[in-house]
Amino acid sequence: MSTAYAQKNGFFAGLWDYLTTVDHKKIAILYLIAGGFFFLVGGIEAMLIRIQLIQPDNEFVSAGLYNQLLTMHGTTMIFLAAMPLIFTLMNIAVPLQIGARDVAFPFLNSLGFWLFFFGGVLLNCSWFMGGAPDAGWTAYAPLSTTSPGHGVDFYVMGLQISGAGTLIGGINFLVTIINMRAPGMTYMRMPLFTWSSLVTSVLILFAFPALTVGLFLMMFDRLFGANFFDPSMGGNHVIWEHLFWIFGHPEVYILVLPLFGLFSDIISTFSKKRLFGYSAMVFATVLIGFLGFMVWAHHMFTTGLGPVANSIFAIATMAIAVPTGIKIFNWLFTMWGGSIRMTVPMLWTVAFIPSFTLGGFGGVMLAAAAADYQYHDTYFVVAHFHYVIVGGVVFGLFAGLTYWWPKMFGTMLNEKMGKLAFWPFFFGFHLTFFIQHFLGLMGMPRRYWKFQPDQGLEIGNLVSTLGAFLMAIGTIIFLINVVITTIKGEKVSGDPWDARTLEWSIPSPPPFYNFTQTPLVRGLDALWVEKRHGNGKMTPAEPLGDIHMPNNSFIPFMMSLGLFIAGFGFIYQVDNSSYLILAVLGMAITLLSMFVRSVKDDLGYHIHKEDLEKGAGSE
Amino acid sequence: MKGWMGKSRILLLLSSLMLFLAGCGDPQLSALQPKGEGADVIYDLMMLSVIIMVFVGVVVMAIYFFVLIRFRQKKDHEDYIPKQVEGNKFLELLWTVVPIILLVVLAVPTVQKTFMLADTTPAEDKKEDAITIEVTGKQYWWHYNYKGQEVQTSQDLYIPTGERVYLKLTAGDVIHSFWVPSVAGKMDTNPGKNENEMFLHAYEEGVYYGKCAEFCGPSHSLMDFKVIAVSPEEFDQWAEDMKNVNTDSTPETQSAQEGKELFKNKNCIACHAIGSSPAAVGPNLTAFGDRVQIAGILDNNKENLIEWLQHPEEVKPGNKMTGKYGNTEAEVPLTDEEASKIADYLLQLQPSEIKPEDAQ
Repeated sequence: MSTAYAQKNGFFAGLWDYLTTVDHKKIAILYLIAGGFFFLVGGIEAMLIRIQLIQPDNEFVSAGLYNQLLTMHGTTMIFLAAMPLIFTLMNIAVPLQIGARDVAFPFLNSLGFWLFFFGGVLLNCSWFMGGAPDAGWTAYAPLSTTSPGHGVDFYVMGLQISGAGTLIGGINFLVTIINMRAPGMTYMRMPLFTWSSLVTSVLILFAFPALTVGLFLMMFDRLFGANFFDPSMGGNHVIWEHLFWIFGHPEVYILVLPLFGLFSDIISTFSKKRLFGYSAMVFATVLIGFLGFMVWAHHMFTTGLGPVANSIFAIATMAIAVPTGIKIFNWLFTMWGGSIRMTVPMLWTVAFIPSFTLGGFGGVMLAAAAADYQYHDTYFVVAHFHYVIVGGVVFGLFAGLTYWWPKMFGTMLNEKMGKLAFWPFFFGFHLTFFIQHFLGLMGMPRRYWKFQPDQGLEIGNLVSTLGAFLMAIGTIIFLINVVITTIKGEKVSGDPWDARTLEWSIPSPPPFYNFTQTPLVRGLDALWVEKRHGNGKMTPAEPLGDIHMPNNSFIPFMMSLGLFIAGFGFIYQVDNSSYLILAVLGMAITLLSMFVRSVKDDLGYHIHKEDLEKGAGSE
Repeated sequence: MKGWMGKSRILLLLSSLMLFLAGCGDPQLSALQPKGEGADVIYDLMMLSVIIMVFVGVVVMAIYFFVLIRFRQKKDHEDYIPKQVEGNKFLELLWTVVPIILLVVLAVPTVQKTFMLADTTPAEDKKEDAITIEVTGKQYWWHYNYKGQEVQTSQDLYIPTGERVYLKLTAGDVIHSFWVPSVAGKMDTNPGKNENEMFLHAYEEGVYYGKCAEFCGPSHSLMDFKVIAVSPEEFDQWAEDMKNVNTDSTPETQSAQEGKELFKNKNCIACHAIGSSPAAVGPNLTAFGDRVQIAGILDNNKENLIEWLQHPEEVKPGNKMTGKYGNTEAEVPLTDEEASKIADYLLQLQPSEIKPEDAQ
């Protein structure tokens, strides 16, 4: 074995390897660690919120801290937990599902991660530097623009930096899926997870710039004395609501579409059937993505847009129920006539269907503009979007992580423990959120630090808090499962689930170059086709040859670190202009790193054919 | 599979029990017990959507449970390979077309009601008598200006039953949202010149709880107000009384008289008006003695009022009263005696014959 690609040993060598890696499988693990960490932080914030609301007029946390907690819970869960964990799944699965050796731009993949990471860390630094943002994750002006302290400044800078990372990641997957598919992998043979990742990447490309613009305007309002959102100075705060939701609504689909794809793959695999109505599923995914841009103002029915706008957006929103319904029925009919194996990924998927359907029902009810005058900004909405985001996204993340865990780490999460984690989480989830529909209609607005005694809200809130504890127990059992599985480290084969798609045709974990020879795809569910009609192995599409690989690079880390430092400079220059030194220093680091990257030719290296024959890199 | 079903049944039982225990909420607060036109219209739409959703839900769940029970892998059938079905044109068309029809059934009344609720111009023949109130939301209280009547009050909104009362809503600082669930849906109040409109139409007399529904700062959850719906005659009487408030009248008791002096000397009067006056820094206190609750959230008694005067920040964090009067260096800005006198003064401010108790 050649020393050029030998594994280096030792903790620091390993650390350095991860700091500089451009390998999509290792970046997936980085996203998993960072996203998992922020998921726990957001979860702790959620528990504190629920403890505060366990009884009326509670004094567990102060009003100011409560507002910080609810803001950071939402912001963290959406931007720093759900997004990166979805990028975990996309990174581990998409290149493998299309038969690629990596993503199109491995360097950018790394840059995307580090930007997200430093943006998230910057945002959370606010906890230790005078208080977190407290204007809600939606940060409506003028509450956000007039919020005292630096909390909202951290929100603006943190999201701006991590948002750039997400945008880069989205573009990367878009190009990867369009350009890097193996021979024979036509669009209509792509697994649904890849399809939905493609649509999601398009949504990221169009949605995030709206957030970027909004955040820039808010940054100028807060840090440089502009008045874009100040009505008394000729600005308009409603513009922020529009910009935020033009991003914010597609964001919901950015979160849930990849998991729709994943559920399709899982249902197909564990029912031993091809996906029912594949082309309708693809069409429904694209349609949901498209309609997702046409409905943002349904978040603003009570803003006062008038009955014409409200009616149009109501009808557009209802229309989304049609493709979503198509998906639900196609999933059910994929299972119909199948041979269903109730593994842990399948269990989460099966639980997802009724949970998400309830979320969808809430969605249609909310879409009825007139009725939304009662639902809007109450716990009914809280219940609805948790049904969608927990029942859809979090269930999906648990399913996806369990499903692809062997592909990432070469070990299987324990099935018994997995089920033990599932049940408390599942019941806890419904206990927490179902009753919140009623709380909202009984007169409890959202973002309430306290509710008053003797207004009929006690029991609902108590039940909800108890449910939250069950969810916490489920999460802890899942974590214990991860630890035990990692310690045991029992290796599994490349295809432990008897699955259908290309990622299962190579060892677990795959060698760093993924495919020794690019496979030839002969149909939908490429591996299944070979299992049924071939010898169970993929046919190579090319002779064994040298493989061109990219070099590791520390530059993405430095670029992101520079923006992280500059972020502090921009935030604190309001107090004292000497902090601008930090901004200059940070920007210098970033620009210098970009300069180095531009002038230094990095052509990568080749793995030679002879070494491949000897099995380089495989374990 | 049995375990799954069993557990679902327990869950269902538990949640229905909970709902039974919780009822449909407080009749003064709940959107599920409509007491006014807006809430009523919305309740009907809500129920229509629930019926449609339950119908769809029953179909989905029937297929769901059938599939999960019938098609689970049997023991010794591990090698069974099911038929690989590509799809079914008829079925796929069915579950595309039927939902579209159901949505049309929901969309038509939705659009109708959206326009109906947005109709905030009084009918021609009623234009003269229609009551229009300018509502201003401020951190964390509400101000009302009865247009053309020289009556301005805060916090407790008196309206007559049996007619539409038109509201013009704005905000003085950040966005708030005016919501009286049992009477009508909510509408945001925007800062600046961006005025929103809605109407309240209470069917029966009563005190209805109102809440701020748009996140507006630390005391967002404490920005409660009341809508007091009285008979038209009682309302006219109330408006008359409010118009004729004598702001110079001398309180009866010695303590209240001293309280009135303190109210001036401690600079309370700089922010709080007594008698009809436009939205100021703090709420109008003309009928403070008749308030259903103090600061929107505390029972109306002297003890609570003293607590509110001495520890405003503890009662309503982030409010604008903290540190504005008395000795701002002291632990409590007003001595017990001062607070007691001011409380006596404020609590005897009851200019109208019409009280919240009359609303039934």
